[in-house]
Amino acid sequence: MLGKGVVGGGGGTRAPKPSFVSYVRPEEIHTNEKEVTEKEVTLHLLPGEQLLCEASTVLKCVQEDSCQRGIYGKLVCTDFKIAFLGDDESALESDETQFKNKIIGENDIPLHCVDQIYGVFDEKKKTLFGQLKKYPEKLIIHCKDLRVFHFCLRYTKEEEVKRIVSGIIHHTLAPKLLKRLFLFSYATAVHSNTPTNPQNHTVMFDTLEDWCWELERTKGSMKYKAVSVNEGYRVCERLPAHFVVPAPLPEESVSRFQGHGIPIWCWSYHNGCALLKMSALPREQDDGILQTHKNFLDGIYRVIHRPPYEIVKTEDLSSNFLSLPDIQTAYSKFKQLFLIDNSTEFWDTDIKWFSLLESSSWLDIIRRCLKKAIEVIECLDAQNTNVLLVEENASDLCCLVSSLVQVMMHPPAFEFTETYLTVLSDSLYIPIFTTFFFNSPHQKEMNLGREAQDAHSTPLHLLTVWDWSVQFEPRAQTLLQNPLYVEKPKLDKGQRKGTHLKHQRQLSLPLTQSKSSPKRGFFREETDHLIKNLLGKRISKLINYSDELQDSFREFYDSWHSKPADYHGLLLPHIEGPEVRVWAQRYLRWIPEAQILGGGAVAMTSRLVGMMEEVRSLQEKINERHHHQRALPAEAPSLLRSSARLSSLFPFALLQRRPSKPVLPTSGWKALGDEEDLARREDEFVDLGEV
Amino acid sequence: MPGCSRRPGLRPESSRQVPPASRFSSSKSSSMASAPTSKYNSRSLENESIKRTSRDGVNRDLSEAVPRLPGEIRITDKEVIYICPFNGPIKGRVYITNYRLYLRSLETDSALILDVPLGVISRIEKMGGATSRGENSYGLDITCKDMRNLRFALKQEGHSRRDMFEILTRHAFPLSHSLPIFAFVNEEKFNVDGWMVYNPVEEYRRQGLPNHHWRITFINKCYELCDTYPPLLVVPFRATDEDLKRVATFRSRNRIPVLSWIHPENKTVIVRCSQPLVGMSGKRNKDDEKYLDVIRETNRQISKLTIYDARPNVNAVANKATGGGYESDDAYHNTELFFLDIHNIHVMRESLKKVKDIVYPNVEESHWLSSLESTHWLEHIKLILTGAIQVADKVSSGRSSVLVHCSDGWDRTAQLTSLAMLMLDSFYRSIEGFEILVQKEWISFGHKFASRIGHGDKNHADADRSPIFLQFIDCVWQMSKQFPTAFEFNERFLMTILDHLYSCRFGTFLYNCESARERQKVTERTVSLWSLINSNKDTFKNPFYTKEINRVLYPVASMRHLELWVNYYIRWNPRIKQQQPNPVEQRYMELLALRDEYIKRLEELQLANSAKLSDPSTSPSSPSQMLPHVQTHF
Repeated sequence: MLGKGVVGGGGGTRAPKPSFVSYVRPEEIHTNEKEVTEKEVTLHLLPGEQLLCEASTVLKCVQEDSCQRGIYGKLVCTDFKIAFLGDDESALESDETQFKNKIIGENDIPLHCVDQIYGVFDEKKKTLFGQLKKYPEKLIIHCKDLRVFHFCLRYTKEEEVKRIVSGIIHHTLAPKLLKRLFLFSYATAVHSNTPTNPQNHTVMFDTLEDWCWELERTKGSMKYKAVSVNEGYRVCERLPAHFVVPAPLPEESVSRFQGHGIPIWCWSYHNGCALLKMSALPREQDDGILQTHKNFLDGIYRVIHRPPYEIVKTEDLSSNFLSLPDIQTAYSKFKQLFLIDNSTEFWDTDIKWFSLLESSSWLDIIRRCLKKAIEVIECLDAQNTNVLLVEENASDLCCLVSSLVQVMMHPPAFEFTETYLTVLSDSLYIPIFTTFFFNSPHQKEMNLGREAQDAHSTPLHLLTVWDWSVQFEPRAQTLLQNPLYVEKPKLDKGQRKGTHLKHQRQLSLPLTQSKSSPKRGFFREETDHLIKNLLGKRISKLINYSDELQDSFREFYDSWHSKPADYHGLLLPHIEGPEVRVWAQRYLRWIPEAQILGGGAVAMTSRLVGMMEEVRSLQEKINERHHHQRALPAEAPSLLRSSARLSSLFPFALLQRRPSKPVLPTSGWKALGDEEDLARREDEFVDLGEV
Repeated sequence: MPGCSRRPGLRPESSRQVPPASRFSSSKSSSMASAPTSKYNSRSLENESIKRTSRDGVNRDLSEAVPRLPGEIRITDKEVIYICPFNGPIKGRVYITNYRLYLRSLETDSALILDVPLGVISRIEKMGGATSRGENSYGLDITCKDMRNLRFALKQEGHSRRDMFEILTRHAFPLSHSLPIFAFVNEEKFNVDGWMVYNPVEEYRRQGLPNHHWRITFINKCYELCDTYPPLLVVPFRATDEDLKRVATFRSRNRIPVLSWIHPENKTVIVRCSQPLVGMSGKRNKDDEKYLDVIRETNRQISKLTIYDARPNVNAVANKATGGGYESDDAYHNTELFFLDIHNIHVMRESLKKVKDIVYPNVEESHWLSSLESTHWLEHIKLILTGAIQVADKVSSGRSSVLVHCSDGWDRTAQLTSLAMLMLDSFYRSIEGFEILVQKEWISFGHKFASRIGHGDKNHADADRSPIFLQFIDCVWQMSKQFPTAFEFNERFLMTILDHLYSCRFGTFLYNCESARERQKVTERTVSLWSLINSNKDTFKNPFYTKEINRVLYPVASMRHLELWVNYYIRWNPRIKQQQPNPVEQRYMELLALRDEYIKRLEELQLANSAKLSDPSTSPSSPSQMLPHVQTHF
């Protein structure tokens, strides 16, 4: 296979220029006789799920060791998913399959997870949408969780091809009414027989008590109060029924502009400083209205900015930060880098990988998000000021920044693993969970709440993604827990008293800023500036950020990084270019070429888990000897331990590759440009002809 | 500290004093957490200075002696301003010895120490002059081989700059001033002799050689066949010494094909050599052709012998003009030739220069990725790894024996054979195995360390200099990154090798070939780097190492997995500091210690139990006293 010219077009012969998609002709695809007799694989339907259409003798093409393998089976489309039913399970006897999702099988694509559908016509790949005049020989489905499926329809009956292709296109791409979301059929079908899981204690923040609890927990209750002014969504549909505002704020001001212009509490830091968010007042031209707005905001501002006791800095996320379209564009480009159809495409993009990554600007966006969060933290932590995040509707970048700030500032962090984040991101597209399918609590309640249902019927069975047992068996769930994580050691009484006192002091004494000047930084503290911003006369772009800002940020950042990290305190990420990298597990997990067999960080983690198990069993032995206790039944070894050699993409690597065979780049060198002269030089300046 | 340390007093600290907690007993965790900090720090040169400062930290007055190796002689000291690119000017005193430049800060709020072996210096320049303005304008700019520059400002009066310039020039470039390289005056003693690590006969015996098809020849005992090869060579049994002599006439610099490695089972081999002297006229040599066929037949394979020419096709063709070339199909019937497209030493040198441009002193921020791409550094790494993977795969699959060459067979060839051997043979992934690999494939087979590094030579612009060995170590690092449990050594081991590649403290990397080393009696007159390493082995061990015999490692040579070795190339920048030790490693070390303790305790309990059985009157001690921390949960 390593013919001349494969690598870098050497050996005098040039490798043929790869065509856009290098498809293997169906007759070249290996199929076992056994497989042709389409094994009966039953379709697993969820409660309430309905089969819509199906097609037989579909060939699923799997890339293996840089050649393709085909599996015959049935392609079906239900109101929940597209599924391929074929005898594909043969090679999957390894432990890796134990990280199985109970809802989404290996060959299942939830309709919401479909990102793009392509058809292949005469070896050309075209995006499919709307009514088709001609039906493709092959269907390529790119998923939002970055899987890529190839279904060859050449052996399928024409009628079935028409039905399945148009069915899939219709059910995935046509706009859908919220009411027709699969969630509803599922919840209705399931409610009668399943009790809700009582063990799930995730706080949903949908009651006043939840907010009061959170205020108590963060010791914010002295300065902030939970309000129910929006109960029944009387004030606005955008805000939840219960939320938290500064204690002195009169409740009636909330309704004045439908909740706009109201600082809403997100979280309090242990030094008493709080993170707040606010949706901006609508932009107005009329001077009279502007004046009213100004007076209103003046009043609000006096409540939250009372130097020297309370200082607030505002951060206008609509004007000094990323825009939503920027983020969308970047992600569209970025994800495309991982939706790879075949090996040729992988190696072709490999040569210019870094510039492709850079031109997507996704990593730069990630860096800017992290940086913004650190800037906010610097105010809260180093400057002892409150921070007010302002955005049009306070529901996009506000969420992003405020949650990042809390993750970095709020101990203890990272009990979960990278895998947890990956499956969380996958859960965005599974419409049996209510968690991510509504725009607001109001919308959710209108559709699912008591009012939405018949008076007689029992309440719907609603699932949240936080109940991980719905998707994973207990053993698989252990992969969501970070084996390195250690709980914060319990403080002794004296220490606890100390932190308590700190809070007291800050309430009674003027805040002393650790930074020299309160004017420091780009956060404009003066009332005027705040008002100007909120009124839409955004002038920030005209103001040059002082160097001082960059200095204080850098100083804070450098000083933190120069000390050893305490994993139960503030955690700041590195944001320098070389340190912000692609999230390999999520993005590379389905790409066979990117697998390191027996390698990757997982090799280290599995050693660690093994050692933990060894220590635990020794501990038990010692206990046993002392207390003459019987040893507890040994826990099942972790999934990480059970397989000797895992792939770097564990637990997602379901693509097989024989470990004895290396992956080799199929396209080589890019032009050196200005270095061509050097490249032509001899290593040593000796004429060998004379030797 | 790399370059310089941060000035303290930036901001009173908030909440970060608590050391990383352990779930195990608190007494345990505090001692565990603090102990490994310096031990597992991988910035080796810098780390030495940290250790030194902390060791002597109690008594830090200025009269304190500069660290000195046995045989190191103090030459001068001067008050200077060190212009730290990260924290600005710092006043200090610089001490120059025949081995190092050592600077200690004279400012109370800075603990800065610079400890730079003079061997690392590539170039010394004067900046500014009597007419230039500003206090920092009259100084020296020192370019180092290890990715940094040092700038000092000196007082204009008293010729202090001229003195420093002259002294530094003399001792940094001893060869240009008829002075000995420091390795020859170094009187360090170690309890292990690193020169004993590599014994070619033993290494070949480990590989099962000689056997029916391969013999050891002493034809080069006095370097009469090839002056850049080692005295001992392994060649096909069927080739006589006379054959070898005839083949030598047709191979550049007489570097004939000789065995590097043999597969223990399928008996395919990796053979290395230089290019054939084909020339413009397309000369042929029957002996060479026959010799290659003999090699092919050693493992009774019917398939063709695979030849990997490391160069790009065009360069191989161009080499014909100067008498070189490659094995053509018509002359070598039973061979199959592939070009691996790896560029020459000049391209690599320029590429590394570009890497330095984007990382020192400041890391290119806004366009980091495209800047990195434009250096081509990782692309070169990718091609080298790809080539080595192909060599290893060919041999491992038993498809055919492999012959590797480039032009002279001492740069790219060494990279390819040694990396392929590292992939194929787990022995080379141990600390001593790796030392043997370097000693064999690089040092004994005449990689021109002296020319490529320019030890003690002032000619910084010499076109012979090139970071070929660094590139090899980078490839090894990339592999160890992809297979974190497969190597016995850690990152610090690789960095220490690189630091002493330049330092001239050890004889290991001096001179271009074995014949020169023998003339200079290097093994008698200098200390080996492996003496230092092997007498401190624990420092260089990877705790995650899992020995696996016969496992072939194929790294993924994709840009998706190749990374710039930040801990090496950007180690002088205090901002780009990786967590040291890394939390996974730290936790693992804690667990290892705990395991050992538990095992000990269990043994004690067993003893106590048997004692109790024999003497029933002894009451067992209270469990809570004996096991204060076993109760803690996981």
